[in-house]
Amino acid sequence: MTLTLEGVAKRVGAEQHLHPLSLELQPGSFNVLLGRTLAGKTTLMRLMAGLDAPTAGRVLENGKDVTGKSVRHRDVAMVYQQFINYPAMTVYDNIASPLRRQGKDKAEIDAKVRRTAAMLRIEPYLDRLPAELSGGQQQRCAIARALVKGAGLLLLDEPLVNLDYKLREELRAELRDIFADGKTTVVYATTEPQEALILGGNVTVLHEGRMLQTGATGDVFHTPASLECAQVFSDPPMNVVDAILTNDRVALSDGTSLPLSAHDRNLPAGPCKVGIRANHLTVLRRSERLVPVKGKVALSEISGSETFVHLRHGDTTLVAREEGVHSHPIGSDIQVYADPDRIFVFSTAGQLVAAPNWRRGALRNIA
Amino acid sequence: MDKVQDNRAWFLIIPVFLIVAFSAVVPLMTVVNYSVQEIFGPGQTFFVGTEWFEAVLKDDRLHDALVRQIIYSLAVLLIEIPLGILIALGMPGGRSAKTSLTLVLLALPLLIPFNVVGTIWQIFGRGDIGLLGATFRAIGIDYNYTNNSAHAWITVLVMDVWHWTSLVALLCYAGLQSIPPAFYQAAKIDGASKWAVFRYIQLPKMRGVLIIAVLLRFMDSFMIYTEPFVLTGGGPGNSTTFLSQYLTQMAVGQFDIGKAAAFSIVYFLIVLLFSFIFYTIITRTGEGEKK
Repeated sequence: MTLTLEGVAKRVGAEQHLHPLSLELQPGSFNVLLGRTLAGKTTLMRLMAGLDAPTAGRVLENGKDVTGKSVRHRDVAMVYQQFINYPAMTVYDNIASPLRRQGKDKAEIDAKVRRTAAMLRIEPYLDRLPAELSGGQQQRCAIARALVKGAGLLLLDEPLVNLDYKLREELRAELRDIFADGKTTVVYATTEPQEALILGGNVTVLHEGRMLQTGATGDVFHTPASLECAQVFSDPPMNVVDAILTNDRVALSDGTSLPLSAHDRNLPAGPCKVGIRANHLTVLRRSERLVPVKGKVALSEISGSETFVHLRHGDTTLVAREEGVHSHPIGSDIQVYADPDRIFVFSTAGQLVAAPNWRRGALRNIA
Repeated sequence: MDKVQDNRAWFLIIPVFLIVAFSAVVPLMTVVNYSVQEIFGPGQTFFVGTEWFEAVLKDDRLHDALVRQIIYSLAVLLIEIPLGILIALGMPGGRSAKTSLTLVLLALPLLIPFNVVGTIWQIFGRGDIGLLGATFRAIGIDYNYTNNSAHAWITVLVMDVWHWTSLVALLCYAGLQSIPPAFYQAAKIDGASKWAVFRYIQLPKMRGVLIIAVLLRFMDSFMIYTEPFVLTGGGPGNSTTFLSQYLTQMAVGQFDIGKAAAFSIVYFLIVLLFSFIFYTIITRTGEGEKK
C-alpha cells in the first residue's frame, strides 16, 4: 500500500515525542527508520500502525484518510523487539492464527503456513511451543506470523536487537530476500547504520523526534544533509573538526592542512566544519595523496576484524579505522592518514556544503 | 576422588534433624501412636490395632461432614477463582495512586485474623443489631443464621469469599503485570477479540499463579475451622460442621483421643490426596495445551 504521513506529530503531556513530519512510502518499498534510542522510531511506527493516534496531521492509506481508524481495522502486521507469540499455541497455530481470523479454508491455511515456515526455516518446529524454541527461532515464528497475514504494511521494530551476533547476521541476510515479494510496504526500524546499509532500500533518519532526512539509502549515506544526520548514519560517529577554507586548501583547527579535491574546490572561503568518516582516516598509508595527521592514542577498540583507534590531536579527538586486529598502547604516538578526496564540508551551522563524489550503485562496495 | 571421612560433618546435619524431628516427625508419630491405642488415662493404654480406623471409616457423621466439606471447598473454588481473575482483569495497571489504593483495599481483608472475620460477620448478620441482618429484615427476608441451615451455610461461604478472594486477585494481578505490553499490541494488530486475548495470552501467562491459588484456596478451605466455630459453633444442627469441627468435637469435646488421632491421619491423607489430584489435573491440562 502507499502510506502517506502528512505533518503527523505526537505529543504526550508537555513532551513532544515526534515533531511534525511528512513522509510517503511507496507500495512494495523497503524503508529503514534509522535513529538512536529515543529518536522516535517506535513512536512513528505506532502512528503508522494505528496503535496511537497522532496529535496533529493525517495518515493516509492508498490516499484514504485512516487517521482515527483503530488498528483492528487496518491492514498492518508488526514484529517487535521482544519475541511475541501466543505462548499456549504451537508454532503452527501461531502462524495460522491471522489466517484463521481471516476465515481462510483449511487447505489454504495449511499450504500458506508451510510455505512461510519453510521460507523462515522453522518447518521442523511446527509442533513445538514457542517457549521450546531458541530466541532466533521464536523471532522467526513471529516474523512468519506477520508475513503470512499478507498485510499491506509490515512494521518491524528492531526485530534483531535481542538476538546474538551470529543469528542477527544470518537472519538479516535472509530478510531482504524474504521481503522482496514486491507487494508489501515494509518499514524496518534500527539503531545501526550498518544494518540500514545492508538492508538498502530507502532510509529515513530520525534524531530526537525530528526527521533529518529521507531518501534512497545510498544517497542519504553519501550526501547527509546535515552534520547531525551524518553522525547518526556513521558508526563510529563521523569525525568533525572546525576548519577554515581558502581557495586551494582547507586548514583544520589542529594545524593539519588538506588540499582541496574535485568536490570541494570553488567553495567560498571562510570558516566551516569538516567531517571525515573513520574509514577515510586510516593507519595504513595506502596512497601518496593521503595527508598525515599526528596524535596520541587515547583508546583502541576492536570490532569484528577491524580496529578503531581513538587519537587525541590538540584538543580534538579523532577515530581512525585500521584493517585487522592491532593493539596500540595508550599514550603512544601514532600517525594516521586522511583522504582529502573523501571529506565532507559543512557550514558552521552544520548544513552540508560539499560531499565527496560517489557512484550510484556503488553502495554494496562500501557496506 | 577419595572420599573424605570426617565425623564432624554430623554437627552440620544435626540441627536440621532436630528441627524436622520436633516440628514434624515427633508430633505425627505421636498421633500415629494414639491412633492404635485405647487411652483411659495417663499410663492406662491398651493396644487396639486398626479398630479406631475402622470406626472412623464407618462413622456416618464423619461421612456427612466429609461430603459437606467437599461441596464447601468446591463452592469456594468455583466462586473465588473466577471472581479473583475478574477483579485482577479489572484492576488499574501502571504506577498510579489508583493502583496503590486498589492494592491496599484488596490486601485489607487478608490482614484480618480469622476469628475477627467470624466475629465481624456474626455481628454484621444479626437481625437486631447487624446492618446486614437488619437490612434483610427490612426488605422482608427472614434471614437468621442461627436457626436456618442454608443461611448459616451461605454466610460462612460469603465470609470466606470476602476474606480470601483478594488473595486470588492479587496473585492473578501479579501474573497479569508480568505480561509485556507488546503482547497486547500484537493481539490488537491481529484483531484478536477480548476473549481471545484472555484465552490465548492472559490465561496461559497466569497458569503458574493460578495453580498456586487453586491449591492454597483448596487446602485452606478444606481445613476451615474458625469461621463456623465463631458464627454458630458448627450449627444449626450439624449444617456447618466441617471436618475440622467434627475432629475438634471428637478430640476435645468427647476426649476420644484414639479415634480423633485415627481421624487426623485419615484427614491428612485426604487433603494430601486431593491436593495431589488437583495439582496433577492442572499441570496436565497445561501440557495438553502443548500438544
